[in-house]
Amino acid sequence: MASEKLVEIKNLGITYHTLEEETEALRDINLDIYENEIIGIVGPSGCGKSTLLSIISGLIKPTTGEVRVNGFKVDKPLKNVGYMFQKDHLFEWRNILNNVIIGLEIQGKLKDKVLDQAKELLHNYGLGDFIYSYPYQLSGGMRQRVALIRTLLLEPDLLLLDEPFSALDYQTRLAISDEIGTILKREKKTAIMVTHDIAEAISISDRVVVLSQRPGTVKKIFEIKLTCEGKKTPLKCREAPEFRYYFNDIWKELDIHV
Amino acid sequence: MSEKTISKSHERYLLKLKKRKQSIFLVQVGLLLLGLILWEVAAYFKWIDPFIMSSPSRIWKLFLEYLTRSNLLHHVFVSVAETIVGFSLATILGLLISIGLWWSDYWAKVFDPYIVMLNSLPKTALAPIIIIWVGAGYSGIIVTAISVSIVVTIMNMYNSFISTDSDKIKLLNTFGASKFQVLRKLVLPSSIPDLISTLKINIGLSWVGVIVGEFLVSKAGIGYIIVYGSQVFKLDIVMMGVVILALISALMYKLIAIVEKRFTRWLE
Repeated sequence: MASEKLVEIKNLGITYHTLEEETEALRDINLDIYENEIIGIVGPSGCGKSTLLSIISGLIKPTTGEVRVNGFKVDKPLKNVGYMFQKDHLFEWRNILNNVIIGLEIQGKLKDKVLDQAKELLHNYGLGDFIYSYPYQLSGGMRQRVALIRTLLLEPDLLLLDEPFSALDYQTRLAISDEIGTILKREKKTAIMVTHDIAEAISISDRVVVLSQRPGTVKKIFEIKLTCEGKKTPLKCREAPEFRYYFNDIWKELDIHV
Repeated sequence: MSEKTISKSHERYLLKLKKRKQSIFLVQVGLLLLGLILWEVAAYFKWIDPFIMSSPSRIWKLFLEYLTRSNLLHHVFVSVAETIVGFSLATILGLLISIGLWWSDYWAKVFDPYIVMLNSLPKTALAPIIIIWVGAGYSGIIVTAISVSIVVTIMNMYNSFISTDSDKIKLLNTFGASKFQVLRKLVLPSSIPDLISTLKINIGLSWVGVIVGEFLVSKAGIGYIIVYGSQVFKLDIVMMGVVILALISALMYKLIAIVEKRFTRWLE
């Protein structure tokens, strides 16, 4: 790939300690992520996918190895990294506008200009009528869109998505993942998305990383090349002829036994 | 929400709800009146001894007399002021202490057994000690009121603080929020419903503290009137004190309910 290396993960490992035992969650992860690239991370449940994101974001310190973003070692949450959670985590006591600017407020970047920008984004994403509504008045899909705007307003270089659609019902999930996938491509964002939905990973990502059972290591990396006609959106990509081959390969690689 | 034309069936539904609400209110008032009338009639025909049980008309007569002759308003004012001061100080101090405990998990663990013990201790048992230590006056009564309600405030609010959604804290942390910002932007606002229910409990507890304090030592106040009435064996006076107390505490509860409505519009 021609573009710049944005994230560098080197020999990363982490071990948890609890009263009962110590658990090695991740072992020797090595991964480079380039600009404008969307990486999907899949793996069996409990393999440390979310832990990996937490470490990249600087919320948790690794036991071994390191993460570098833009060449700087991550040891605390960085302002140029945005994080999206499974749930929207909107603050019920704030209206939608005040919810999307909470990050700016925390970082002391709140000015009239960004306030206008926030309103404009809300309008663009079909939330113009809800700027002064409270979260309980919005549907699940709308709430997740609000959460995305909250993240995008901070203009992050890197987006970390932790199963961002899994709390939504299936139809909403398809629509929102299509929308957000398109937005990420259009805004030329670099993103790492953890998911347990293989189809979602293939349709959105440029590369899909498969992690092994605990302790999680990188088992295989799939370069996703889909031929879709016309406009390339995640939903369209699902119709590509290669889609089901990727699906089967990744499924085999996951090696799930129930 | 929006102004849509209301269908016939929806109109009927709304009307039914309204009727039900009215009916509940009417029955509430009716029950009160019935009780008062029964009480009055029973006293009039000497089914009960009016000297011990008093009666609504005797209480009312005494009330008018006290209003003009004995400066009743002053007594009411003293008790209400003591309660409000005690209530406010207990709430503020309790909040500060619970914030401190939330801030330091270590010290919260250290103080835990003491708080549990203080909570199960009947605080009114401390009243005589407090009054001797602090002084037999308003301050002693106020401190008694504080001691009764502060422990509940600390326990309720601390529990509310630590039950803040940890993922929401994580969210703020990804923005790079400081601990103080987490407190101000998340922990405190999300605890407002719990704070209000604590306030509702505290208003009653502060009254307990004030009345107990006034029983023990006072020159004025509703507790003073009640004790005086029982000492001279005029139950009319005691009953009047209790009725006034009931009315005022109901009024204060109502005030908090109004505050609640204002601050929790965002709740479903």
